[in-house]
Amino acid sequence: MQKIYSDAASALDGLLFDGMIIAAGGFGLCGIPERLIDAIQASGVKDLTIASNNAGIDNEGLGKLLRTRQVKKMISSYVGENKEFERQYLAGELEVEFCPQGTLAERMRAGGAGIPGFYTKTGVGTLVAEGKEVKNFDGEDYILERGIRADLSIIKGWKADESGNLIFRKTARNFNQPAATSGKICVAEVEEIVPVGSLDPDSIHVPSIYVKRLVLGAPYDKKIEFMTTRERTAA
Amino acid sequence: MVWDRNQMAARAAMELKDGYYVNLGIGIPTLVANNIPEGMTVTLQSENGMLGIGPFPYPDEVDADLINAGKQTISELPSSSYFSSSDSFAMIRGGHIDLTVLGAMEISEGGDIANWMIPGKMIKGMGGAMDLVAGVKRIIVVMEHSSKNGDPKFIPECTLPLTGKNVVDMIITDLAVFQRPDHDSPFKLIELAPGVTAEEVRSKTTANYVE
Repeated sequence: MQKIYSDAASALDGLLFDGMIIAAGGFGLCGIPERLIDAIQASGVKDLTIASNNAGIDNEGLGKLLRTRQVKKMISSYVGENKEFERQYLAGELEVEFCPQGTLAERMRAGGAGIPGFYTKTGVGTLVAEGKEVKNFDGEDYILERGIRADLSIIKGWKADESGNLIFRKTARNFNQPAATSGKICVAEVEEIVPVGSLDPDSIHVPSIYVKRLVLGAPYDKKIEFMTTRERTAA
Repeated sequence: MVWDRNQMAARAAMELKDGYYVNLGIGIPTLVANNIPEGMTVTLQSENGMLGIGPFPYPDEVDADLINAGKQTISELPSSSYFSSSDSFAMIRGGHIDLTVLGAMEISEGGDIANWMIPGKMIKGMGGAMDLVAGVKRIIVVMEHSSKNGDPKFIPECTLPLTGKNVVDMIITDLAVFQRPDHDSPFKLIELAPGVTAEEVRSKTTANYVE
């Protein structure tokens, strides 16, 4: 079975529909599936619910889909650094479900692992707990959170082999790993596609079973939100 | 004389112990990393999926795939490891992190913390703060004693939406340090900045605490 597609648009062909739920990988602008986001923007699909830790920044990442008003609802933990997001949210044009970062990661992981809900201490006694079942275990309160089973996962990897086994690089792994498993189907873009047998089976981060479609996204012009460096001191 | 930002961070660093795994919040807490005592091994966790945060990189070593939770470029150490966001919060929620140092807008006398939202104004989101205060073994808050308007920040009950209820163990401000031995006890004033009196702290605090 051929998993490799020539471009992001053909990799998404037949998978997009209005009102769908998409789980997206990435943290800030690190490890975001930017080619797939561009293709979703170009497709014109709308009323999307997107589960993603962040919402991009103005006109970068998921910020592009906000600008074109293709997003109905975001499920996110942190949406700073995004003026258009703030404007749409305050104007009541965009629905937002704030979800603690760890709860969001676990909701994606659980949804993909056949676990429809789980209890967590995170958010007990806060706005996040409103309307949720509270259960006491061993003297402590926990709230019930739902797993996220998305219609589609979009992720960005470093390298994949032709069968879809995939690895990430450094902190670009972040939400890509749980997001990969959350969707009924996962489409991955990577920096390099290598022949089967080139990746060490012991070091695969996402086994091929999850990655149904694959596209080479390189070359990437990776953006940095906050460049921080130190000076070299003379020896 | 009140403590400045770096002195507050240095005071928080006195709570570190050899072998600790620690998560530092954004702002003053980040400065704790510059005050780790010589010879002590402390491993810093970044909630976007890394243990063993190194210093900021040299300009020619900047890597867009290597950032901290504040989205700043960082470097790795020989002892570093990487993992997913779900694994990262499993270690946070699961009580494997020894200590976290966080900023706050309000702390209540019962140890509630509010640091993520000002209704109608700030809508950035809680990020990983709710998970950290729910899961980490010991929670230290570093904050200015009073707001920019001069209002007390250590108060009887938080007025802002909470990040966590009854979770804070120690409060370090520019004037004083408060601590409690467990979550059923009141906070106790245990230290004053040089030249600051207990009366001054009392006059600038509305929370009840033990002197």
